[in-house]
Formats: sequence, C-alpha cells, structure tokens
Amino acid sequence: MPKVKIDKKLLLRVAENARLNLSDAEIKEFLPQMKEILEAFNKLDNIDVGSEKPSFQPIPLKNVFREDKVEKCLSQKEALSNTKHKKEGYFLGPKAV
Amino acid sequence: MVLTIKEFVKEVKMGNISVLEHTEQILEEINSRNPEYNHFNLIAKEYALQQAKEVEAGIKTGRHTGKLLGVPISVKDCICIKGMESRGGSKILTDYKPTFDATVISKVKAEGAIIIGKTSQDEFGFGTFCTNTGIDFPIPKNPLDVKRSCGGSSGGSAGFTALTNFAHLSLSESTGGSIACPASFCGVVGFTPTYGRVSRYGLIDYANSLDKIGSMGKSVEDSALLLKVISGHDKNDSTSLPEPVSDWGKQEAVAKDLKVGVVKELFEKSDDKVRKPCEKAIKQLEKSGAEVKEVSLPLNSEYGIAAYYLISMSEASTNLAKFCGMRYGMHLSLQGSFNEYFSKVRSEGFSKEAKRRVLLGTFARMSGFRDAYYLKAMKVRTKLIQEFKKVFEDIDVLAHPTMPVVAPKFSEIEKLSPLQHYAMDLCTVPANLAGVPHVSVNAGFDKKMPVGLMLTADHLQEEKIVKAALAVEGASK
Repeated sequence: MPKVKIDKKLLLRVAENARLNLSDAEIKEFLPQMKEILEAFNKLDNIDVGSEKPSFQPIPLKNVFREDKVEKCLSQKEALSNTKHKKEGYFLGPKAV
Repeated sequence: MVLTIKEFVKEVKMGNISVLEHTEQILEEINSRNPEYNHFNLIAKEYALQQAKEVEAGIKTGRHTGKLLGVPISVKDCICIKGMESRGGSKILTDYKPTFDATVISKVKAEGAIIIGKTSQDEFGFGTFCTNTGIDFPIPKNPLDVKRSCGGSSGGSAGFTALTNFAHLSLSESTGGSIACPASFCGVVGFTPTYGRVSRYGLIDYANSLDKIGSMGKSVEDSALLLKVISGHDKNDSTSLPEPVSDWGKQEAVAKDLKVGVVKELFEKSDDKVRKPCEKAIKQLEKSGAEVKEVSLPLNSEYGIAAYYLISMSEASTNLAKFCGMRYGMHLSLQGSFNEYFSKVRSEGFSKEAKRRVLLGTFARMSGFRDAYYLKAMKVRTKLIQEFKKVFEDIDVLAHPTMPVVAPKFSEIEKLSPLQHYAMDLCTVPANLAGVPHVSVNAGFDKKMPVGLMLTADHLQEEKIVKAALAVEGASK
C-alpha cells in the first residue's frame, strides 16, 4: 500500500467526491477511524499476489446477451411515479448552471 | 406444536387450516409484538389479507397447488415488492414504492405464499449486529434476550423467525454473513446459496459481486424448501447461473459419505462458549457417519476481513451514488446546484455507518489509490478462492462456528470501534468472498443463548450442506 497521509484535507477531498457534507463532529470522529481502518487493511501488503488476476466475480461468468428484440419497459407514468420533482412528464432537477 | 412448512401446506390443501384465519392470526401477533421487538419495518396487513383471500379462493377452485400454499413470508426490507415501500432500512429511500416485484417475490407468490411485511436490517446491510439501522429506524431485539442483538444485517428476519410459532419463512440477504450471523444469534436456520444461484433482480444492492438472497426458517427442511423455490436462472440478472438446480429436498438426515473439514484457525479464534457446542455438533456428525478431519484456511482467516471490507465498501460507494433525492426516495426542496442538492440529500439521508463506508469505498477507488487498495483486494480474493478450491479437492463440507461469540448485549456493542465491529465477521466473510454456499444451523446453547455451526460446500453443492445440516439438527433433537 502507498504511504498515504490520511488528514483532514484528504478526508474532505474524499467527501466531496462522495457528495457528502461532513460536520465538524463527523470529521473529528471519522478521521481517526479512517486512519485506524486503512492501517489495519494495509496487512494485504503481506500477501504476494504475483501475477494473479483480480476476481471481480466469485464465479467465472460469461458475457450474456439478450435477444435483440424490443421488450416492454416502464411507462413514463411508472418511471415518474416515485418522484415529487416532475414537470410535464419529465424529471425536475436542481439547476445545472 | 409447530408444524413444518410441508405439514402446514398439507393441512391447508386438505382444508384443515384456513389461510385467511392463519394470516389474520400471524398479523395480529406481529402487530402486538412489534412495538417491543422491532422485527418489522412495515407490516403489510391489507396486502397480506388480499393475497390470503385470493389464495383461499384459488384453493377452492383447484387453481392453487403451490409448495408454499398459504405460508406467511416476511421479506428483508432490501428486496423490492411492487407497490410496497421498500427502503433497505434507509431514510434515503423513504416513500420508495417499486414498480415491479423482485424475481424471488414473483417465485414465492407463484407457489401461493403470503407476503406479510418488510423486516428490519442494518441500513443497506452495513452491519453485524443490526444496530446500524438507518436514521429513525428502531433496532430489532433478540427474542431470547431483549438486551441482546438479533445479529445482522438480516436481524428482523431471524428475530421474527425465532419468535413466532406460526408457520412462517423469511427471505433474507447476505453480502458478508448477513444471513448466517443472525441465524446463529437467534437459533434458526439460514441458507446462503452459491453466488448467482438465486436471482438478484429487484434487490436493493449493497455490493454486486457479493450479494446473495437466501432463506431462513425454524428448521433445515423449511429453510431448504424456500431456497429451492427461489433458486434458478433468471434472464433479468446477468450474473444468474444457468446450471440446473439439484433436488436438495430429498436428503436423509445422516452424514454418511460426507468428508467434513474442521477449520482450525476459525475454531482457535472463537470464544470457548461457542467452541464447545460446535465441537459437540461435529462429534454428532462423526457418529452419523461423516469422516471428520482438521483442515486449514490460513489466508482466508488472516486476510478475509481486509479484502472483504475493501471490496464491499468500494462496490457500496458506487451503488449508493444513485441515491440523490431526484427520481425516488427522500426528497428535499430543489435548492442550490446539482452538487449542493445531492450532497444535502445524501448528508441528511444516510446514517453514520453508511457515510463511513461510502467514504472508505470512495477513497479505495480514487485515482492514485485504486490499484493499491481496490485492485489489490480483488487479487487477494483470487488467492482466497484458490485456497477454498484446494481444500474442496479432498473435503465435501467445511465446519466452524458461525460467529466467534454468542449474541452480544447492546451495552457491549456500543463499546466496539468500527474496526472491532468489522472483525466480528471473521468466520463468515471467507465463504461470502468466494461465493460458496453455506448454512448456519443451531449447534446448541451457551446458557440460554444459541450457538450456530456454519457448514460450507463448494460452488453449486447446496445438497451437501443440506445433508450435513440435517444430520446436525437430527442429533440435537
């Protein structure tokens, strides 16, 4: 594992990427925990993986294609049934610019 | 007397049990006991009674002949049911009503089962003790001692399965041990299938390469029956396995011809209180005809936790990226820019543990760290799977304590740091990382608290763990 300095600056950068606003109390709590957890996980350095390939799945899977046929999908009404933010049949989002 | 599910269905078919009356009675029990135990996030009274009426009418006309005719089924909150609020135990999915049934729901309904409600869980499955429930979700209590944990993350499923004496089964889900752990703590039987054996279509995911839907019941026969019903290929899940499902419902309760490997390291790292009942259960397996020998899983025992948490947190952080308060779930008033709005919703909707895992998972996948953390963990996983495969060349079933402790008190859990909390998954994460099928069956008790024995077989060898679990259960009766 690379020698990484887990400090407030890095934690805030990670939180920004994760779209999370952290309170001062959360920063105070998470920072030492993150250091402790990542330090413990560094033990993976002790295992030689050589040229092993990563196992993205536990069982080898073949690519699966479905038949190239048009299938029934959600209606516009169904797709919008769970949102409070909609207008004229579209999702309404926060302003982009 | 508690009827087995097969006996119950037989009585229903003969007209000796009214599905509607039975459904009313179990709903009444849930209604009166849930304020104390918190096993349900949602009680589906109207939904269940409507189904019961339809099933009862179907029986009279001969239309319904299913394997789960009239059987009440509770469903972990993370499994989608059409029109029923499905929150995965999280505030951020408040009001989310799926527009479709998960495949497992369609399957149990086709067999005549009655869905009675959504069970409580750690938020998105992020916990070992079901104490990491989402904001405003109460913590379920162990029916054998209300000061203790049900186990997690399928805590409500296990708690209610142990509590009720009505015929009942529960659909649960495991990512790193979330079926086996609560089954062990509550003294019920929890099956986790081979990864891909049961469709994940309609599951609110935690970590895609690890999630498995499984079953819980009071007995091996009951739980295995539900697992059989939900197993099989599903074109809606591209990770679903095409291999046919073997018939594991016809196993005898003897362990003859089974080679059982006792995992040395996982016994050594477990508390005396759980070691003793497990050793006794393994002796019973030997008496029942199994050939028992000690085996070793040194890499899994040493590196399983670190590899599991890095992988599961990385996958969780991407899965949870879609929850942003726009298309479904919790909404706030649309103020600020995209990033400001999404960040506000996520910061108010996720509990502390969800934030912690999203942060660690995001870090492990970030540019500059990805190869060293996420990819390294995935390569270690390859080595851990190879270690299992090597042991299975000579062994049919692995045996070890499901959890290193009996269900702890809430006052003890409060003192654990997050890292100590994660370390409790020592015995369950290896099988979950490798995607191999396993079961937790009661091996005995420490005072009044149950102790689970975990039995694990190679990929798609579910019938072997059913056979071994039946032998353990038969000996304890």
